Amino acid sequence: MTANLPWLFLLLPLSIAAINWFFFSKKPGMAAALSTVSALSTLALCIGMLMGCCPTESVSYNWLPMFNGISLNVGILADDMALRMMLVVTSIGSLVHIFSLGYMKGDTSNLSRYFAGLSIFMFSMSCIVLSSNLAMTFIGWEMVGLSSYLLIGHWFNKDSAAEAAKKAFITNRVGDFGFLIGIVLVVSAFGTLEFAEMSGRAAGIAPAILTTTIICLFCGAVGKSAQFPLHVWLPDAMEGPTPVSALIHAATMVAAGVYMLVRLQVSMGAEAFTPTACQVISIIGAITALLAALMATQQDDIKRVLAYSTLSQLGYMVMAVGLMAGEAAMFHLYTHAWFKALLFLGAGAIIVACHHEQDIWKMGNLKKRMPITVSCFCIGTLALIAMPGFAGFFSKESILMAAWDKSPFCFWIGASVAALTTFYMLRVCIIAFLGKERGHGAEHAKDVSPSMLIPLILLSIMAVISGYGIVANQLVPFNGFEAGGFHIGVPFYAGTAALILGAIAAFAIYGFGGKQKDPLAGNCISKALRNRLYIDAFYDKVLIGGIQYVISEVIDFIDGFLIRGIIVQGFAYGVSSFGKLLCWMQGSSLRAYGIVMALGAIIVIFIMAFTF
Amino acid sequence: MLLWIILIPAIASALIGLCKFPGRPTAIASATLSLLLSLAAICCPAGASSEPSMLQFTLDLPLSRVMLLLTALVTFAAALGLRAPSPEAARSWAISMLLISCGAAGAFMSDSIIAFYGFHELALIPTFIMIGLYGRGDRRSIAWTATIYLGAASMILLAGIVLLCHQMGTYSFSEMKLAVAAGTMPSSPVLIGGLLLLGFGTLVSLFPFHSWAAPAYASAPTPVAMLHAGVLKKFGLYGLFTIAYIFGDSCTELFMPWNKWLLLCLLGNVLWVGYVTINKNRLDTMLGNSSVMHMGFLFLGFAAYINFSAVNELAFVGAAILMLAHGLSIALLFLLCGQIESQTKTLELDSMGGLGSKLPKLGFLFGLAGFASIGLPLLANFPGELSIFLSCFQGAEMGASSCSACPFSWLGCLFGGVGPLQIAAICSMWGLVIGAIYMLRAYRRIFMGEVQKASSRATTLSCLDISSAIILAAALLLFGLCPWIISNLIAG
Repeated sequence: MTANLPWLFLLLPLSIAAINWFFFSKKPGMAAALSTVSALSTLALCIGMLMGCCPTESVSYNWLPMFNGISLNVGILADDMALRMMLVVTSIGSLVHIFSLGYMKGDTSNLSRYFAGLSIFMFSMSCIVLSSNLAMTFIGWEMVGLSSYLLIGHWFNKDSAAEAAKKAFITNRVGDFGFLIGIVLVVSAFGTLEFAEMSGRAAGIAPAILTTTIICLFCGAVGKSAQFPLHVWLPDAMEGPTPVSALIHAATMVAAGVYMLVRLQVSMGAEAFTPTACQVISIIGAITALLAALMATQQDDIKRVLAYSTLSQLGYMVMAVGLMAGEAAMFHLYTHAWFKALLFLGAGAIIVACHHEQDIWKMGNLKKRMPITVSCFCIGTLALIAMPGFAGFFSKESILMAAWDKSPFCFWIGASVAALTTFYMLRVCIIAFLGKERGHGAEHAKDVSPSMLIPLILLSIMAVISGYGIVANQLVPFNGFEAGGFHIGVPFYAGTAALILGAIAAFAIYGFGGKQKDPLAGNCISKALRNRLYIDAFYDKVLIGGIQYVISEVIDFIDGFLIRGIIVQGFAYGVSSFGKLLCWMQGSSLRAYGIVMALGAIIVIFIMAFTF
Repeated sequence: MLLWIILIPAIASALIGLCKFPGRPTAIASATLSLLLSLAAICCPAGASSEPSMLQFTLDLPLSRVMLLLTALVTFAAALGLRAPSPEAARSWAISMLLISCGAAGAFMSDSIIAFYGFHELALIPTFIMIGLYGRGDRRSIAWTATIYLGAASMILLAGIVLLCHQMGTYSFSEMKLAVAAGTMPSSPVLIGGLLLLGFGTLVSLFPFHSWAAPAYASAPTPVAMLHAGVLKKFGLYGLFTIAYIFGDSCTELFMPWNKWLLLCLLGNVLWVGYVTINKNRLDTMLGNSSVMHMGFLFLGFAAYINFSAVNELAFVGAAILMLAHGLSIALLFLLCGQIESQTKTLELDSMGGLGSKLPKLGFLFGLAGFASIGLPLLANFPGELSIFLSCFQGAEMGASSCSACPFSWLGCLFGGVGPLQIAAICSMWGLVIGAIYMLRAYRRIFMGEVQKASSRATTLSCLDISSAIILAAALLLFGLCPWIISNLIAG
């Protein structure tokens, strides 16, 4: 029995989700309580395992046994990396459950469905983190996609939410197309799907195959971690309830791609990641970081700013993976999870307090109206912009150091993204918190209820302390993690310069909150950034409305007209006409006989005349 | 006992037809009995087998149990959810439904190849009649197309079967297996393989012989669509897999010459018909086309099975799971499609919307069926599709230097081991994206968004309607969570 304790991470949330869905659909209070208790118990279990109080061994099962060939197994790999990642997932998950109790109060939609969705998410995320093989990772991978679909589309009567949910799932499916190719290539190249059996096998495989395999697997991460060019779903996913954005679309699920890549690096060994594959990964990461940071500078919706900032930070992590600095990537994943969850939940609290106003230009002077929430949000901001002493500083520093060693291109992009990050985050703080109230919502805002404040305060603490070596060495999800300590060098100077530059620019442009509208708006660059550099429009108009539409129209036409119409029905028509002809030939008409006989006579004469 | 599984629906349909028993209750009673008997037969196999005769029934063939389970489950759900426009129609719907299920069960349990063929023909007849009498749209023309098309396919198939049996000197599956083990092979294997592929393939709507399928499903009354798309269409695949299984490693001699054609055709199913499906704006036509599309994955499983010199168990099990799962999910989708039509009086996707807030249970069930059909994990289709894809690659020896046999040399030289099968597998994975596009789009247009006029007509669903759907949904969940049940059924 105790040998199977880790399975509780999966079975508990899954059964709670089923119970909520089927039995408590009319009792939202019960459903909320059950889901929260389940999240808290997985947190307790996780802490117990990390402290060494609970056994972490478990049995793996044959999900689809085979006599010869590859069996599909489900098993749990509970090493330090997985367990510490589980700590991030379950603790932020628990806080988000608690926050949701306050946030969703008074919502008229079906709350049982909401909490069931959260529990499905907890199940599927645990499935990714704890999986012992790629097939099980893929199961969790698709299931987080489902929970994301359900939760983005929670208010499904709203057209924008329905569209966003569909977009998220389909975009992820495009990435999963690559991921699945990667998985089957792993089967044929490595001969196994188990992480534990992969090590050392990469040496005997041709580099071209390794490169293709890794890039295909990376496609999965491009979808799930919203990297360019599949990043388009994440900003739209903000249509979901804010706690969901904090948990799924900021802290945990979107980081699954990074986790999966680092897991592969650890188990396949560094030699599997060929230089070409690494270059592709790091460049995609760098492009995403830069583009998203640029787009974030001109967003007015507080959640959208945070969404683009998430994209940009994910870009950092992916870049670090491409630079073979899995340690730095996981460090940043871990600090980012705390402070980004804090920022999103803070934004959620602000949105509730302002009567569901999300436009920062309709806020203002919130520092006076809701001081506790605002100070928590500011702590998150300081961590995100890598202020020395806060969590983000340490992890960003380690990524910049890795980039400085390996690739100057990535380093300079990283440094400029740091400046942009400072700029857009300070822009939000200046406009929303300083100056005068610009809308009714802001005038009546006040600090939120304790069930929302307590998670904020706890996360603020983590946003400060989680970067220091004494905490990080225990908690960063990487086997044998050692905080490197920071060195005074080019990366440090560049990071600090970026911070100062970004801050100066923000204060120079937005002053101290007196502006009524964005002084940068109105020109063509701002317009392009607000329209997401027209990437979404390109997909909608050209790929979906153009190419896919034309292909399906043409194929449908040919299928109906040519195959079904001309060939099939034409064949039938031909047969029946031939039958009619035969009928006519042997019908009782004397004229027909005459014609046939005459034709036959002509043919006979013709043959006799010309052949003999 | 096996005989009773076939006799009960036959007797019940005779009672309804001749003694004017009421349609739905009799059908439910008969389907319940057959379900219980089938479960009993599947769980505790009877070992006694007598001399092979024309009507020898057996569950010893590897796919028989799985297919019998599918037949019994879908018939039961279809009987519960039977909803005819008039009592008279209810009678004929019930009769045809029971006859189809009787024929399908007979085909899946026959040891004699001729009986196997004959039972399928018996089950086809009511399908045509029901489409012609009670179909939607241009029912007469659709019924005729299907009749002629499937009639021609059956002729080709009969030729193949007779040739095969004649050259092997036996008309029973079990004896043929013994003959193969003794080293007998048919003298013209390529011709037989071609005839079988063409005949069975057309019955399973293999591209480009698929034109009959989507309109027929869209037009057919709900129980007929459920049983034909869900159960009867698996006959062709059952036949192909069973014959390939009987020939074991030497099945390559029959089918490998047709390999490239088969791969091209199945890509036609997945990609070509997939894009046709995206373009459909009526729910019934969309579901009909999606069913045709998913046959491509099953043919991929067949291609993987015949492509490797050693027996590819993963492909066989994967295809068996997917046959069962596809049958359950498409039957559930057609069942719910009928309920949606009876609620909203329309099937045009554009005129629906917001049905999810009026009928949340229907929305949940349809979502479950839709997600199952696009291969979401924890539902039954996923393990099937995943195993089929994996089976195309296991032992493919990536990186082997030879690239001689590969027609796509630019890719082949890069990878060496990648052959046509692997390329076809990779291309058909795109079908997963296509499936997500049309299914989620339909779901969004029917159930999400603001409540439209057609959806506001919806009232409530009866308890029987819901429970008929729940049976299929529960089966999808069960086999999705525990696919090893099915692989155990195959192993026997």
